[in-house]
Amino acid sequence: MYVLSWSQRQIFAVLAVVGALLAMSVPARADLNIDITQGQANPMPIAITDFTGATDQESYTGRDITKVISADLERSGLFKPIDHRAFIQTSESLQVQPRFADWQVINAQALVQGRTTTQPDGRLRVEFRLWDVFSGQQMRGQAYFTQPENWRRVAHIVADAIYSRITGEDGYFDTRIVYISESGPAIKRVKRLAIMDQDGENHRFLTDGATLVLTPRFSPTAQEITYLSYFRGVPRVYLFNIETGRQELLGDFPGMTFAPRFSPDGNKVVLSMAREGHTDIYEMDLRTRKTKRLTDFPAINTSPAYSPDGTQITFNSDRGGTQQLYIMGADGSNVRRISFGEGRYATPVWSPRGDLIAFTRFHGGKFFIGVMHTDGSGERTLTEGYLVEGPTWAPNGRVLMYFRQSPGDHRGRGESTRLYSIDLTGYNERLVVTPRDASDPAWSSLIP
Amino acid sequence: MKMRFLSLLAAVALVAACESESDQNAAQTGGGVAQQPVRAATTNATATNQIVPGSTADFMATVGQDRVFFDFDKYDVKSEGRPVLEKWAVWLNKYPSVPVRIEGHADERGTREYNLALGERRANSVKQFLTSQGVAAARLQTITYGKERPAVQGHDESAWSQNRRAVAAVNPGPAS
Repeated sequence: MYVLSWSQRQIFAVLAVVGALLAMSVPARADLNIDITQGQANPMPIAITDFTGATDQESYTGRDITKVISADLERSGLFKPIDHRAFIQTSESLQVQPRFADWQVINAQALVQGRTTTQPDGRLRVEFRLWDVFSGQQMRGQAYFTQPENWRRVAHIVADAIYSRITGEDGYFDTRIVYISESGPAIKRVKRLAIMDQDGENHRFLTDGATLVLTPRFSPTAQEITYLSYFRGVPRVYLFNIETGRQELLGDFPGMTFAPRFSPDGNKVVLSMAREGHTDIYEMDLRTRKTKRLTDFPAINTSPAYSPDGTQITFNSDRGGTQQLYIMGADGSNVRRISFGEGRYATPVWSPRGDLIAFTRFHGGKFFIGVMHTDGSGERTLTEGYLVEGPTWAPNGRVLMYFRQSPGDHRGRGESTRLYSIDLTGYNERLVVTPRDASDPAWSSLIP
Repeated sequence: MKMRFLSLLAAVALVAACESESDQNAAQTGGGVAQQPVRAATTNATATNQIVPGSTADFMATVGQDRVFFDFDKYDVKSEGRPVLEKWAVWLNKYPSVPVRIEGHADERGTREYNLALGERRANSVKQFLTSQGVAAARLQTITYGKERPAVQGHDESAWSQNRRAVAAVNPGPAS
């Protein structure tokens, strides 16, 4: 039933050896940095030169790597890659020594150079250096070894290294998105599990669309997915192993199960079971296969998500009359409500940094994506629309992804459901390109 | 009530005749076409003499309506739904071996997971009602589709109100 058509090596191939390159000049504490807590800062002009190679093949790969790095950094909204046509110094001459005056004159603040070489054993060596143009200091220099077909991953890893060195935050480019691909009319919608790199590349369908599937979420190592499938006609939570393509029913619950999420250590899945008009939250220990009921309230208790330290769970419940956000201990103790604004609150997800909860809100005929502190204070809207739903955090807690359904005109023309990313600041909202309509995104951790 | 219902059926059948010609157009433009009631009415009109007792066609011919509707974010059976469910119960009690699946649905104005829970609640409300009318609970399977299987395409109250529903599938095949 499932189509898994990409080689395992490509996904999980280990990137060997990361070696720091000796600085060509003595490293000093550079002042070049971006404070990413400021909304809509002017993006930093950065010159990302084509990675050079001794052969045509190496040069092509080098150029492709440069394109991926540039696209990653540009999409972050924090960097403005400078048009190559403005460059004065050539990539080849850069390999000898940067002429910083040539880069200052085109207003580059940071400069990236790199080189790709094929090793005798066939592996690809990719090295890069990041320079502070004004101080002339090398900020970072590293080399990576990998199989040639993994050049994309290396590019994302280099982009993460640059992002991280300049912002002081972890990167998020070497990550994947699992989501639901949608096609066909609403009354006969076909939904398929799909996975892709964070930038939309390496897109693959994991299921064939014969069975309705919803709400996939990654395990902490991004090797497994837990999701809802109507396999054999009953909505239940399954595990899907990306490596083997195998799916496995999760637990032997007497009712319908949905809304699964992994615990941060990957040892448990928390989910909801609906039965006899009530929906409660359960945890399942993946090692012992034991289940434990965490809520016991005659209401709808669903969309549970763990705190990053695994000690607490946020969820939504209508136990107080309408849907609101709650937090409880991971054992179900000490339940407290945290949302008190107007409207209905749903799909809470804890920031990987632990300080914020992102949510979907429905009020006055509109949907909103917002964030609030874990005590419910500081509520802030990031975006809104006819339907925006299901935020998911990038692993550094600085960017979110969600899906947006647009109803089109009165005859339904221009209807679409698409993924978008947005900064925590509420700026830099971007369409995430997918082959078809898309919903229920889940962002992976940095790929191990 | 009976008269009103018959005239409604007639109207639906008329719409069905018009719609079947313009179906393709409707599909292309995404216009609000209620597919399932149309099919039900057609079955009803053509099969008067060959209905097998206990069949889906018999159920539709006898009870007239295979669904009840709900208010926004509500799951209690509305007063206009009660006579419908009473007819279902009479028929189900007449054919005690026929299996039934109650499918609960929500409109698109809610989040996916909450709507799955809401659909189950609606299906369960109908199950409770039928049980109170003497239908054995063990025959009544429930399933939720949340907002995943709207009956009607469209993004306005008229579409949403038809999508907030519970549907009886008698002799159901495997759900999908």
